[in-house]
Amino acid sequence: MRRFWGIVRRDLRLALRQGMDSLMAVMFFVIAVVLFPLGVGPESNILARIAAGVIWVAALLASMLSLERLFETDFEDGSLELLSLMPLPLEAVVMAKVTAHWLTTGLPLIVAAPLLAVLMNMDGGGFSVLVLALILGTPSLSLVGAVGAALILGSGRGGMLLSLLVLPLFIPVLIFGVSAVDAAITGFPVRAQLLILGAFLLAALPLCPWTSAAALRQALE
Amino acid sequence: MIQKFASPARFMRLSQVLLPWMAGLTVAFAAVGLYLGLVVAPADYQQGESVRIMYIHVPAAWMALFCYAAMAIAAAVGLIWKHPLADLAAKSTAPVGAAFTFLALFTGAMWGKPMWGTWWVWDARLTSMLVLFFLYLGYIALVNAFDNPARGIKASSILVLVGFVNVPIIKFSVEWWNTLHQPASVLKIGGPSIHSSMLWPLLLMALAFTAYYLWVLLLRLRGEIIANKVRVLRLRRVHGQA
Repeated sequence: MRRFWGIVRRDLRLALRQGMDSLMAVMFFVIAVVLFPLGVGPESNILARIAAGVIWVAALLASMLSLERLFETDFEDGSLELLSLMPLPLEAVVMAKVTAHWLTTGLPLIVAAPLLAVLMNMDGGGFSVLVLALILGTPSLSLVGAVGAALILGSGRGGMLLSLLVLPLFIPVLIFGVSAVDAAITGFPVRAQLLILGAFLLAALPLCPWTSAAALRQALE
Repeated sequence: MIQKFASPARFMRLSQVLLPWMAGLTVAFAAVGLYLGLVVAPADYQQGESVRIMYIHVPAAWMALFCYAAMAIAAAVGLIWKHPLADLAAKSTAPVGAAFTFLALFTGAMWGKPMWGTWWVWDARLTSMLVLFFLYLGYIALVNAFDNPARGIKASSILVLVGFVNVPIIKFSVEWWNTLHQPASVLKIGGPSIHSSMLWPLLLMALAFTAYYLWVLLLRLRGEIIANKVRVLRLRRVHGQA
């Protein structure tokens, strides 16, 4: 456990010292959402209607953009090989890196989301559910994305390839995340959607580190 | 059993014999199936002549799922037993499956315009088929992304197994979500609910598509093996000169 938190601390420190890196994902998130009122037009009822979808899609893209570098830098400078030689199972190393990724990108996204919901003129009833759905959904995004990030190692084709692999797998999270917020705004119960998001997270939690560790072993061979 | 078919030399001999048979079966099944479907089978009382699109659409959709399942099994066999032909089989199946998925989506749109009044709806079955198409494209992109072909095959085998979660979602999407796409009428509990004059051409076309898949799979596998041979010969020549 001490080693696990050691890796988390290392990744957090790296992200903070490089400064802008983790902020960049949030800035992308904000700018991408702000583009919509400019593109669709500022009529408040249209914006309110599409708010949940726009925020979720932007969160998906922001989280995916930052995933590209999850293993890439460690793979290039060889520290991934050292991490794999640690007395810690590779699955736990992946889990630690995913935790650090979520803390540096997922968490800031959740903090920024209500602010953007105000800008998008979202109905007040959706705020708490939006945050709750993001809390359940963004860790799944980091976990599933880690599999994609491990698979593309060494291909030298980072971002575009990763989006092709990972975005189709993000779709369920998007569908239930948006429908939870929409249900809350129209006054329907949101329990079912939140439970499904939770189920995704619980399924991804053991399966994704296992798969990405398998992919990392292939890359390190 | 598995080891017996791992030898490329044996496969080349066997496929040489099987190839003309598969080609013949494809043509025969397609000829009879198309004749029954386009000429003999009656028009639907509700859908009119457009029901005949189904004789292409339904087998293509079946094959789209079948190819993905075949890829997943081949990928698993390749990862577990390091079976060289299974690896290549997964790689060779992908473009065929992607083509079947595209065909299913395309014929579905052509049927949807006169029947539903729209080319496309975001219903659960259609959306999950579209996701399947993207999964195929992602696989093809990943398998070709590496300089070392062996690494590409291993990485994409893992991807196929991850993407397999989509297959049951597609199959049961029409039952879990009650949307526009009609539920299954052939493969269901209690037997098929369509008349035999329409069932026969459907089944024959499915057989034709399966034979076509096997035919193309054998061709592509032979191509992959020969390409490997060419690569080895080239490398040997380069090293011989050095």
